[in-house]
Amino acid sequence: MTGASATPAAPARPLRRELLLVAALLALVALVYALQGSAYATRMLVEASAYAIIAVGLNIQWGYAGLFNVGIMGFIVAGAAASVLMTVPVNPAFWAGSGAPLLGEALVWLLGAAVVVALVSQGRRIGLPKGLVTASTLIVAAVAFTIVSAKFDPATTAIEAGAGFIGGFGLPVAAGWIAAGLVAGAIAFVIGKICLGLRADYLAIATLGIAQIIKTFLKNADWLTRGTLTVSPLPWPVPTPGEIGFLWARGLYLSLAAIILVVVTLLLERAYRAPWGRMMRAIRDNEAAASSMGKNVDGRRMEIFVLGAMLMGLGGAVLVHFTSVFDPSGFVDLNHTFLIWVMVILGGAGNNRGAIFGAVLVYIVWTMSEPAALTLFSLARDWGSALFGWVAPADLDSRALQMRVFVIGLTITLVLRFAPDGVLPERLRH
Amino acid sequence: MDELIFFINRGVVGGLIIGSVYALGAVGVTLIFGILRFAHFAHGDMMTASAFIALALAAILSSLGITLPIPLVLALLPVVMVLTALFAIGLDRAFYRPLRKRGAKPVVLVMASIGVTLMLQGLIRLFAGTGSRDMYLDAPKTIFRIPTGGRPIVLTEPQVALIALTVLSVVALHLFLTRSRLGKAMRAVSDNPDLARVTGIPIERVVKATWAIGGGLAAIAGTMLAMDVQLKPDLAYNILLPIFAATILGGIGQPYGAIAGGYLIGFAETLAVFNFSVLLRPFRDLLPAGFEIPASLAMVPTEYRLVVPFFILVAVLIYRPTGIFKGRVF
Repeated sequence: MTGASATPAAPARPLRRELLLVAALLALVALVYALQGSAYATRMLVEASAYAIIAVGLNIQWGYAGLFNVGIMGFIVAGAAASVLMTVPVNPAFWAGSGAPLLGEALVWLLGAAVVVALVSQGRRIGLPKGLVTASTLIVAAVAFTIVSAKFDPATTAIEAGAGFIGGFGLPVAAGWIAAGLVAGAIAFVIGKICLGLRADYLAIATLGIAQIIKTFLKNADWLTRGTLTVSPLPWPVPTPGEIGFLWARGLYLSLAAIILVVVTLLLERAYRAPWGRMMRAIRDNEAAASSMGKNVDGRRMEIFVLGAMLMGLGGAVLVHFTSVFDPSGFVDLNHTFLIWVMVILGGAGNNRGAIFGAVLVYIVWTMSEPAALTLFSLARDWGSALFGWVAPADLDSRALQMRVFVIGLTITLVLRFAPDGVLPERLRH
Repeated sequence: MDELIFFINRGVVGGLIIGSVYALGAVGVTLIFGILRFAHFAHGDMMTASAFIALALAAILSSLGITLPIPLVLALLPVVMVLTALFAIGLDRAFYRPLRKRGAKPVVLVMASIGVTLMLQGLIRLFAGTGSRDMYLDAPKTIFRIPTGGRPIVLTEPQVALIALTVLSVVALHLFLTRSRLGKAMRAVSDNPDLARVTGIPIERVVKATWAIGGGLAAIAGTMLAMDVQLKPDLAYNILLPIFAATILGGIGQPYGAIAGGYLIGFAETLAVFNFSVLLRPFRDLLPAGFEIPASLAMVPTEYRLVVPFFILVAVLIYRPTGIFKGRVF
């Protein structure tokens, strides 16, 4: 261990390779600007930066700590929803109607139920046998669930009938983005408490499930999110296109997203080179050794899991405010979980520059792949009918887009097999 | 009385059917988890793929003008099982074995299986479209009505076949695991791979057998589920979480636990969304005045069905990570 000030142990060649790759990426971005116009390309870059924030979040979970999270979509959508709730203008009809006091009462019941269940689950502290505590906790939880849902039903019905939805708090966007991180982090804390002591597979299964449940809840909770009606428009942290024009507004948004990304990355790099980061790597590479040295393995893992999830929530909020529409069904596993996995493992796990590089590259390829797939398949349709008299199915276009699912899966398996370190591998300091 | 029959039709039969599907899937997942030590996320899509193989074969036969007294898909099931077993072995050869040989961590295998899931989903949708299909090509589904005096108990042909086949496979699996050499070797590898290796058990054969059994059972579950409802490309994606919940509830590496877990999850899910106010309706007149039976007495609304296996999973992970049958925790 020579400390943070030592020169990188890696020779100059990987550095040149990195510079070459980054130059190629910049050339690709310039090409998109030239072909598609500035407004389109800037939009793509804003979305790519939001994805890069999320990818950095995943990178610290996977690359620093080896935590296998396949519920990224859940943290993104939870963060987005939290930010929407904070920043959308106040809905006076809700506060004036009968729904507000009913909802308040239901929330108090929820809080009370949580406290009671928590107290019962701690019954061992007063000497009750374990089996009794487990059984009574489960029974009390079921009863509490029934009571709380019975309290919520009239409230949500009243809100949906009277005010439509509860609106927001009308706070500045910054407050929304902070809330996004906090909510995603809180969800991660609960999951982490349950799964982090067990093996990685359990975490994968649990995160996969919680993501589906969060999405189902937000999709069906019309009183909170207007469900399929979507919440729109969402406020922007910078002047909107209506005020200063598309290009300027998007450019400002891009600068903001890029600043957040750079600050987050620099802070993480700093922490990673500090003793905390060395401890993280030690735990990832040899858990038994680290724990026998007295490192708190579960505690450190929890830190990084929550931190990564907060970044995912923040990225989700950045993404949703930019599109200005919150539609829970618009968040899908493919775009918001597996695409990010491809970004991280292709870029090189354990390396934040790699994650950012992967995010921008993969997002450009992903955006461009839609017209490319459609063109390719209509070409196949024309040639097939001209040469062999093949009659293409009517839904060829929707099938063509499914090709991208296949390509994502193929990329994951190929990278794992042939380039497990990604294109910008983690640079180890010795 | 009619209300009770309604409960049997919806609650008991529904739980039995979905429970059988979960049980058959979970046996495969638990064997793979126990022997290869990773959670196989592509299991659900292997089920969908098997249903598509069945449909494609049946379509070919039916276009040749072949008809049988039983549905073609059902008659073709043994062939489909063999093909799916071969397919599963092929998946292992192409994607998982190279990683194992390199000594990759189990979590890398999990990730590879997610890659395989996406590939299968993409391919299935590319070749079969995104719409849903009926597995019955020529004749409509046979429906059995068992008369009870009032409303009959209704069972469809695939439901009867699924229950019969599940019982048959469980018995066959039990005999295989306890009587045959290979089955005993599988249990040995699952219990202690290092000890099994040094005693000269052929690991590669055991791995192959694991995939073949997992694939064959997935073929039964996938085909029957597709026959019972409809064949949709994302059919299996939603049952992946319940299958994992059943596996962990039963204890990893415990085939009998997986079966019990599958039925427990299946019944819990079905009964949680069942509207119990139907059952109380006959006692309406017995209630004191002023008491009304609420219109809906379901524990969870139907759209939150997936929440039930998830919460069972969480409760198991908190209180008994070894599952009910004392499986292993990795």
